Amino acid sequence: MNDDLDRQNNNIIANWARKHSLWVLAYGTGCGAIEVPPTMTSRYDAERFGITGMATPRQADVLLITGYLAIKTLKRVIRTYEQMQAPKYVIGFGSCTINGGMYWDSYNTIKRLDDYIPVDIFINGCMPRPEGVIDGFIKLQERIARGQAKGWQHYQENLDWYRANQKKVIKNWTMPDYNW
Amino acid sequence: MSPMNIIWMIAMPFIGAAIGLLYIGISRNITARVQNRFGPPPYQNIIDIIKLYSKKTAITHGVMFHLGPVLAITGTISTLMFVPILTGNYPIYLFSFQGDLILLMYIMVFGCLAMALGAGQSGNPNSAIGVSRGLTQMFGYEVPFVIALIILMVRFDTSSVLDIIKAQDTVAHWNIFRSPFSFIAAIAAFLGMMGNKPFDIVFAPAEISSGPPSEYGGKYLALMQTNRGLFAFVKLVLYTDLFLGGAGDFITLILKTFALFLIPLFIGIVNPRFRTEQAMTFFWKWPTAIGVVGLVLVLL
Ligand code: SF4
Repeated sequence: MNDDLDRQNNNIIANWARKHSLWVLAYGTGCGAIEVPPTMTSRYDAERFGITGMATPRQADVLLITGYLAIKTLKRVIRTYEQMQAPKYVIGFGSCTINGGMYWDSYNTIKRLDDYIPVDIFINGCMPRPEGVIDGFIKLQERIARGQAKGWQHYQENLDWYRANQKKVIKNWTMPDYNW
Repeated sequence: MSPMNIIWMIAMPFIGAAIGLLYIGISRNITARVQNRFGPPPYQNIIDIIKLYSKKTAITHGVMFHLGPVLAITGTISTLMFVPILTGNYPIYLFSFQGDLILLMYIMVFGCLAMALGAGQSGNPNSAIGVSRGLTQMFGYEVPFVIALIILMVRFDTSSVLDIIKAQDTVAHWNIFRSPFSFIAAIAAFLGMMGNKPFDIVFAPAEISSGPPSEYGGKYLALMQTNRGLFAFVKLVLYTDLFLGGAGDFITLILKTFALFLIPLFIGIVNPRFRTEQAMTFFWKWPTAIGVVGLVLVLL
């Protein structure tokens, strides 16, 4: 199984296609969501790089978390992330996803997104400008081309660790074990 | 059946899908230029499909969900088999027979129905809304489409696409000039079939999160996108055959189909979206009325 995954991870054609076609599900939490429309529309035109918005998690490749996550929202994010089809990538957007940012002592937001879902690329800044966002996408593309963006595999292998972390903050866990 | 025909039979779905996807990619590019941005490369859709085919997981919700995209692409490929593609010195028409136009009328909706069944099983409310909108809209555009085909059948006293192509031997005899009423009705139906802007309420991404395919991911979606490209190609070839006198070689075919493809594209770029009942009112009012006038004229 693992050999198979590694072989597929290093498939040059597939990685090239994955790199040039990133379908984004922008999960608009926090203030950072306001920077997504300019990135996608005429001014910065992310479609040049094959980056398009998608409407449902089933179709998307990249989950873009734009800012702080309340615990209530984290539940939905986990659900969304698990419904996406592998290979899938996560971009954490803004300082809030890195270390809590200006919400670091808040009572109901999470601090490090990486503890709950595997983040492939962080874009720092409060909030990052569209140039920064596009730069983050390019970095993600480079990682995909090198076969290094394996966060989803990491999540599958360490599901117990992630689940324990998630259940630590989500007290009323009513979801199934894995939301296919 | 000659060996050449068998080769074409196998190759044509791939060529057709590639051409259709390339057209859709170019349309994305043109839309981008109209919106004052640069846009993706023209082959972007093909990259998307390669990526979707190399996805590693694909969730299924049941047998019909699994069969939906498969049946849709089966329907499209079988439509392709009955449409004469080239009629020159090196003709490509695979299974054309006397009366194939009537068969085409039926078989073209097969893919949409299969998709509707497949999307219906996913249990997603957005899919259900999208399916009901899509089927309603199909009833809308089928009326002018069928009227337009009946005009052609009555006029040439045949229901074979090949005979209709043969009747359009010179440019002045193209049906676009000879039966303009039929052409107008058919092109209005074409707008609905292509699902471009005024009539894209079925797939409205911001509203019902892309409608019928909203639960499809991975390889299922890849199959559906391939189907989309191929079906666009089939429809364009059929319209070229019926109204632009068919095509003698591949270059003519590409020129004519691309010219036809630009019509719904340009109409789509500058128009907002119709609600379902507005779309139905549109289809059943003007194109149908024009079609009926043409039918009366041709019967007289
Ligand atoms: S990083 Fe700054 S802009 Fe982004 S969500 Fe946090 S506080 Fe808002």
